[in-house]
Amino acid sequence: MTTYREAMREAIREAMRADERVFLMGEDVGPYGGSFGVSRGLLDEFGPERIRDTPLSESGFVGAGIGAAIAGMRPIVEVMTVNFSMLALDQIVNSAATLPHMSGGQICVPIVIRMTTGAGRQLAAQHSHSLEVWYAHVPGLRVLTPATLEDARGMLGPALADPNPVIVFEHGSLYNLEGELGAGAAVDIECARIRRRGRDVALFAYGGTVGTALDAAERLAADGIEAEVVDLRVLRPLDEEAILGAVARTHRAVVVDEGWRSGSVAAEVSARIMEGAFYELDAPVGRVCTAEVPMPYAKHLEDAALPQADDVVAAARKAMAGDV
Amino acid sequence: MSPQPLATIDDARRAVLDALVDVAPDLEGTDIPPEAELQADLGLDSMDFVNLVAALSEQLEADIPERDYSLLDTVEACATYLRDRAEVR
Amino acid sequence: MPSLGADMTAGKLVSWHVKPGDAVKRGDIVATVDTSKAEIDIEIFEDGTIGELLVGEGERVPVGAVLATVNGGPRPAAAREPAATREPAAAREPEPAPRPPPAHEPEPAHEPAAAREPAAGRRPASPLARRTAADLGVALDHVTGSGPDGAILVRDVRVPAAGAEPDRATTMRLAIAAAMARSKREIPHYYLGTTIDLEPALTWLAERNAQRPVAERILPAVLMLKAVALACRQHPAFNGFWIDDAFEPGPGVHLGAAISLRAGGVIAPAIHDADRLDLDALMAALRDLVRRARSGGLRSSELTDPTLTVTNLGDGGVPTVHGVIYPPQVALVGFGSIAERPWAAGGMLGTRRAVEATLAADHRATDGISGAAFLNAIDRLLQTPEQL
Repeated sequence: MTTYREAMREAIREAMRADERVFLMGEDVGPYGGSFGVSRGLLDEFGPERIRDTPLSESGFVGAGIGAAIAGMRPIVEVMTVNFSMLALDQIVNSAATLPHMSGGQICVPIVIRMTTGAGRQLAAQHSHSLEVWYAHVPGLRVLTPATLEDARGMLGPALADPNPVIVFEHGSLYNLEGELGAGAAVDIECARIRRRGRDVALFAYGGTVGTALDAAERLAADGIEAEVVDLRVLRPLDEEAILGAVARTHRAVVVDEGWRSGSVAAEVSARIMEGAFYELDAPVGRVCTAEVPMPYAKHLEDAALPQADDVVAAARKAMAGDV
Repeated sequence: MSPQPLATIDDARRAVLDALVDVAPDLEGTDIPPEAELQADLGLDSMDFVNLVAALSEQLEADIPERDYSLLDTVEACATYLRDRAEVR
Repeated sequence: MPSLGADMTAGKLVSWHVKPGDAVKRGDIVATVDTSKAEIDIEIFEDGTIGELLVGEGERVPVGAVLATVNGGPRPAAAREPAATREPAAAREPEPAPRPPPAHEPEPAHEPAAAREPAAGRRPASPLARRTAADLGVALDHVTGSGPDGAILVRDVRVPAAGAEPDRATTMRLAIAAAMARSKREIPHYYLGTTIDLEPALTWLAERNAQRPVAERILPAVLMLKAVALACRQHPAFNGFWIDDAFEPGPGVHLGAAISLRAGGVIAPAIHDADRLDLDALMAALRDLVRRARSGGLRSSELTDPTLTVTNLGDGGVPTVHGVIYPPQVALVGFGSIAERPWAAGGMLGTRRAVEATLAADHRATDGISGAAFLNAIDRLLQTPEQL
């Protein structure tokens, strides 16, 4: 029995043991063991040169990581949360994503940037963002959203092997996720995965909303509605084949996205479905997203703002009635 | 339906039942008590009723005037009417 | 497979009355079809020669499916087909691939977007429903949608799998349910009522009937039917159909007579040209219709042609009936039970036999003022029964 956190730690450990170019840098990753405890114990094993505490300056240390990657290292840069990554947006978008193209391939930036994301812990407006969609918008980046222990354990290896920048989003609610994990084989970083088979409606989710979608599917099953749950896993590039395939089978779709709906991953998935599976649809594509407000601090308001299983159930029922 | 003997009340009852089944075939084979009301119990509407009266009139080989319609409210009443009129014949 | 009512989505071909090579004329019976209400004889609307029979006896197909091909023969000239049988039984093009929506002008930036309204005449249907309908050869015009704003979903297009066929009573009930639900959903009903003094009419009728044998006597209901038929001539706005946001006058006064079926359920076939039949002919037509409604032998044109329906619950014994219009008709006249009522006239109090007449009408087609005039015309006609 292990946890998502431990699986991620094990992935880092394994990568660092296998390749001496791999190192971890970020705020409080050293003696503190990482803000979310992911790197606990790694300093003792690998020492301060390879587990490096950084100053409180995202723009600075992400830039340093990009430089290290260009110079031939394989850095894992831990940005505490996506909220703070905004301070490093220029580095990520204008350097990491773009230098390979601007240099005609002469410059590679094989960096992996890990960020915690999401809300639900009363961290209020400035510390509860789900901005995966901003990164999924940018050519030159690969964006991963491991939502299971298997993906937490297996996605890091291929991400490090990718010669281009990879952003890994870890939803804050997943770290304590418990489960059994096998030997820890590497997984792909290309495909979506069907987490539950169904025939009446397809629920698309990623990261923290995968569990929500599975809960909703359980409730719908009690009423005879069989929902298929698709874990997107990779937000850029989206696995369009899997998305369209699910819609071709079920003819109805609901996307569950913790971002705000305007310009969201849900909007992109909906557009792709409209483009590629329009004639399969028996209902408009539904979107269950966070309410369009800065995240409230009060618990009951935060809960009301976030997508809940009941909201997904309601959206699925509307889809069954041809409505949205 | 050719006229049948109507001398006895049993003959009359039989004639009424035959006419009823003719007008409402779904009544065939069901139990029709003599006190059954044509409209309320057997569900005959005004068209069914005039068709029934026409059939009874044929049995009687005589006209049944409209003013007598109100006498024909139950199955038994129809049978009695037929028998009484047949006696006069 | 013709649509024989607003509620019909599929029918079973019971038997063919023609074979390939037979010559047919407009009006000939070519097949018997089982709808969920009754077995109906299907007429053909053109002259020609039967080509190929495409559906076998016992097969159940959706409304709009091609039953047979007919070759040659001149198409009948204009007598315009009544609305419900827009597709003749002969071959019909399957729906083409969905047309792109009409381009619309960009709105000035500061105007709020108009509330979403379907373009006139469009049947909203999901892409999947359209595609499935095209595959199955089902005409969307004949499908009742169960989605938002009556949009057609794929479940509305798919015919339930042949297998256990529910009994007649169940299918009848479902058919009525679908038609009445559609009526209440789509038609904005308004209701008017009036009490009609029937004393003169009934007195006249009694005298007339006394001079005739039973088989030639006329029911009061026939007087009421004739009065309605004649009133339709004076008020044609109540005799016709609401199709594609416009009123289409009926090609004649084909009154639908609501007939209750002894096993439960109601059917309302047409008495064609009721305004031109004398009372004896009207009585004979009604008698014949009731017989065939209950024992089989109704013709498809009798189901598709009614331009206005009259329901007479008088036998059942309530004074007033508020009806539900059968789409695409625009009105329904109801008569309750005839009863003796207190009546004030000329400053004196007495009793008269009277009946409550109600009008349920489609407010898209007519307004209360014309509805009142229509009811009053019926009343006036019933005061001079010898002219009916």
